[in-house]
Amino acid sequence: MKSINNTINLENLVYTKPSLMNSNITHYCPGCSHGVVHKLVAEVIANMNLEEQTIGIASVGCSVFIYNYIDIDWIGAAHGRAPAVATAVKRLNPNKMVFTYQGDGDLAAIGTAETIHACNRGENIVIIFINNAIYGMTGGQMAPTTILKMQTATCPYGRDISLNGYPLQISNILAQIEGTCLVSREAVFSTKTIKKSKKILCKAFKNAMSGKGTSIIEFISTCTSGWKMSPIQANKWMIKNMLPIYPLGVLKDK
Amino acid sequence: MEEIKLLKGNEAIAYAAIRYGVDGYFGYPITPQSEIMETLIKERPWETTGMIVLQAESEIAAINMVYGGAACGKKVMTSSSSPGISLKQEGISYMAGAELPGLIVNVMRGGPGLGTIQPSQADYFQTVKGGGHGDYKIIVLAPNSVQEMADHVALGLNLAFKYKNPAMILSDGVIGQMMEKVILPKQCQRKTEREIRKSYPWATLGKSKSCKPNIITSVELDSFLMEARNLRFQKKYRTIEKNEVLYEEFFCDDVEYLIVAFGSAARISQKAVEIARGIGIKAGLFRPITLYPFPMKKLNSYKEKLKDILVVELNAGQMIEDVKLAVECKIPVKHYGRFGGIVPTPQEILEKIKNEINK
Repeated sequence: MKSINNTINLENLVYTKPSLMNSNITHYCPGCSHGVVHKLVAEVIANMNLEEQTIGIASVGCSVFIYNYIDIDWIGAAHGRAPAVATAVKRLNPNKMVFTYQGDGDLAAIGTAETIHACNRGENIVIIFINNAIYGMTGGQMAPTTILKMQTATCPYGRDISLNGYPLQISNILAQIEGTCLVSREAVFSTKTIKKSKKILCKAFKNAMSGKGTSIIEFISTCTSGWKMSPIQANKWMIKNMLPIYPLGVLKDK
Repeated sequence: MEEIKLLKGNEAIAYAAIRYGVDGYFGYPITPQSEIMETLIKERPWETTGMIVLQAESEIAAINMVYGGAACGKKVMTSSSSPGISLKQEGISYMAGAELPGLIVNVMRGGPGLGTIQPSQADYFQTVKGGGHGDYKIIVLAPNSVQEMADHVALGLNLAFKYKNPAMILSDGVIGQMMEKVILPKQCQRKTEREIRKSYPWATLGKSKSCKPNIITSVELDSFLMEARNLRFQKKYRTIEKNEVLYEEFFCDDVEYLIVAFGSAARISQKAVEIARGIGIKAGLFRPITLYPFPMKKLNSYKEKLKDILVVELNAGQMIEDVKLAVECKIPVKHYGRFGGIVPTPQEILEKIKNEINK
């Protein structure tokens, strides 16, 4: 019988850890989408040979500690202000690759003004937007993107239109703005969606370096702790309940 | 080359910023300081020195642009007036927490709330005692002339970079709007990326191959490490208090009646002192130029020589608290203040001096 050890060799190696991801154990919950999106970001930067030119702008939320995992220069912005911080970094260093990494509360609630105006100025940056319809870090409160009837710590009886309004379709709004060149909604729940996400992320980074304007890549994501689900349940729930409200695909590509 | 011009205080700030080699200005319009951004944009420094001038969507965005620029080791600044400065406090606290240098100009107007567009000094507490959240200090300069408005741009940014800490020029509508002769410094070159990397190895300009990444953040969830960070900040503040105090004394050698005032109130009080001297009153003026660090030690030395002190401010009594601390309440400290945008005349202050002396 053939031993497994004969199979484990270099020529059979089909997958490695991205060179820019270090060995720190992440603080993310099992089944959280941050891990895969981090990996994609690290891969794209390395593939494009941009590690010495890239400055990432972290936001406030679970990804506030992203600097612990991806070995590039990072600036931690105040809650919602990452697009303003990125604006200055890119304007003062036009040859650098500048991107923000923001959650739904950061981008679509407290930072709405900064997001819309950075896009309206057509800042040559990439905005990576994690939409899991909840505030993960603070313990699962309602987000602007929380879907109707979804239960959270601050809408325990379900999101109610009369009290909380509607899930904010922020990417659709951003697609309407002249300054954006690429707006796309992606997800990372399958090999197919991960491969597609990486391709579009690569395009976004190229746009920023060639000065085409602002690119926004929204990732419909899971939050197993906030949703109180197992990783498998969370993916299933997301596909069933979130994707009809936030359908995947390119909203704008000019 | 140096150049002599007749300028408003606000315009002087703009010209000085270009000449000092500032990399970026980010602002939002508000009276009475809009000439700063208007002058910068009119001068188009991006075509000469390469300085970026950008009108932000809000004061909040503007200070966060300063945060971003400072993180890259760039000389960056913003300006506003009282209500706008309130909005910037979050960003200033984050800059202090992340130890970022940067210059903020406050051309104060009367408050609270939307208040008035007329001059005031009512933001002393906000500026000197904190403003934003957390235990932090910012370096505060109080110009009393158009010349000092220009000079404090370089002074503020130098101190900000020396201590990796935000600095503020605390001016007001009088100094911002009045016109005076000013000597502008010669044109400096902006620092190149190579120079910035060498001078400020902490700057986030993209990770060098052999180096660890640079991380700019104010977050630290481990309380013991956060306490250690706070202790380091406090040590830095003590160094600033020891080394960077600036003040001016006017007719203080034989002074019998001392006025303490800063900025525009000091300018008006100076005139009152001149008139008082003319009628045989031995008045003098002590003007703190740095409000933080406050000239505690020097003011303390007056407590043995004088019967009392008069603090003149365009507010209801704010710096007076620091003057009382400086003299350890050993002598009475009186206050004369006008507020809500009213600027006192030298005559008013003179009457106050006379009344106090005759008491």
